Amino acid sequence: MVGAHAAIVGASETASLGALPQMSVLELHAEAARAAAADAGISMSEIDGIATARPLPLDVAHYLGINARWIDGTAVGGTSFLLHVRHAAAAIAAGAANVVLISHGESGRSRVGALGAPDDSATPVGQFDKPYGAVTPYSTFTIPAMRFLHERGLGVDALASVVVEQRKWAIGNPRAARTKPVSIEDVLAAAPIAYPFTKDMCCVVTDGGGALIMTSAERAADLSPKSPPVYLLGAGEANGSPLVSQMPDLGSFEGFRRSSAEALAQAGIGTGDIDHFMGYDAFAHLPLYMLEDIGFVGRGESAAFVADGQTGRDGALPMNTNGGGLSYTHTGMYGMFAIQESVRQLRGTAFNQLPDIELSLVQGVGGFFWTSGTLVLSNRQP
Amino acid sequence: MNPAVPVPTPETLPFWEGTAMGELRLPWCVPCGAPFFYPRRTCPDCGSAEIEWRAASGRATLQSYIINHRPIPAGDPLIIAIVKLEEGPRMMTNIVNVEPVPEDLTLDMALEVAFVDRDGQSLAVFGPVGSW
Repeated sequence: MVGAHAAIVGASETASLGALPQMSVLELHAEAARAAAADAGISMSEIDGIATARPLPLDVAHYLGINARWIDGTAVGGTSFLLHVRHAAAAIAAGAANVVLISHGESGRSRVGALGAPDDSATPVGQFDKPYGAVTPYSTFTIPAMRFLHERGLGVDALASVVVEQRKWAIGNPRAARTKPVSIEDVLAAAPIAYPFTKDMCCVVTDGGGALIMTSAERAADLSPKSPPVYLLGAGEANGSPLVSQMPDLGSFEGFRRSSAEALAQAGIGTGDIDHFMGYDAFAHLPLYMLEDIGFVGRGESAAFVADGQTGRDGALPMNTNGGGLSYTHTGMYGMFAIQESVRQLRGTAFNQLPDIELSLVQGVGGFFWTSGTLVLSNRQP
Repeated sequence: MNPAVPVPTPETLPFWEGTAMGELRLPWCVPCGAPFFYPRRTCPDCGSAEIEWRAASGRATLQSYIINHRPIPAGDPLIIAIVKLEEGPRMMTNIVNVEPVPEDLTLDMALEVAFVDRDGQSLAVFGPVGSW
């Protein structure tokens, strides 16, 4: 069992999100890491494990003066941090690390100290997807969406509804990037990016960072953290295809199905037990795929579920309560921020705090349907 | 070097030699009796290395698409699409010979292949049947 042994004892985002040209990628990592350690009530010198996606963990460890004996550089896109949580829990259970730092920092907007794109013209993606313009997130991740809508008899307004509902959670949140209420008509009338996607159906582009401190559930009880521990009950991960054109089914992502099934089975719960859902929404179609693929709703039911307000404050499954990547923040790798919001909800410190929640499911996606990661988190010790 | 120009590898070279001759070639797994895409040395379904290259019909249907309005890779709206070849595999492509508006792009519409030059490399693109 990966879960039930490990807890998130420290969690923090950078003090600011948005445009942060005064900070490099490494300093965004470091600021979040220092804040997460302080939140956990531990000194940086106690950290003996580190996991980062970009840049390499050695860069972040050296910058912070960490001497690690467990290092994980898993980089599978924006869901990497969910995989780090799972890997860290396994390492802690195996005695390979006692206190793990998982950090993220990205200068997605200002590009300060950012890494360049590799020349990949000889890779499968470089030969068979990229020459046609399937290069950027908005020209690649978006392509299967028309098939999803077509198979379910839905129109483009199904995508707009997701934006409208996500925006409601961000209204008034001083840390959110987009806070103005929008209607379906507003979303459809926004600047076209890649039909059927308008600007509002695409995530914001920000600078920022976030970090987590994990240790054993046993050790968590001995710490003096500022906030209560959040326990990992179950986790899953799955690979898909690096070429979006080679997804086995354009209207469903089998990676979501596999990783969420494993996480739920490990936690010993069903979808009906989940109180709160964070679904990585780099683009408006992703929550629709996730709701169906995880099994919160049946095939073809996700769009009506969202449009009916079931993911809102009074709905059956409050979803993306920070506003999501569409409205809150998106540095380029959003998974860390989805975890942060689950932790806040379970600790009772969220901007839009839900009452009486015990179980939160975080569903991540890496790349363009490349990878899936799922976490089941709880404030109740198993 | 234009990063949008594909660079063949030994495993994919027969495909690119085919497009240069105006032929859409697919690797067929002999034991499975079926083609696969993208080209690999072994069949992703059964693992066999017994592969034959055969010319595809060039007929396909439109599976999904976007109309890109941002300046990547060109300035004009560009239809980036996934098509399903008559032989079974799907591939990324551009849809041409049609206005880049949703009214003219019906999913499952019939398409046929043609080849365009991209800095010395020949790319397979698709247009509505009869549009060439």
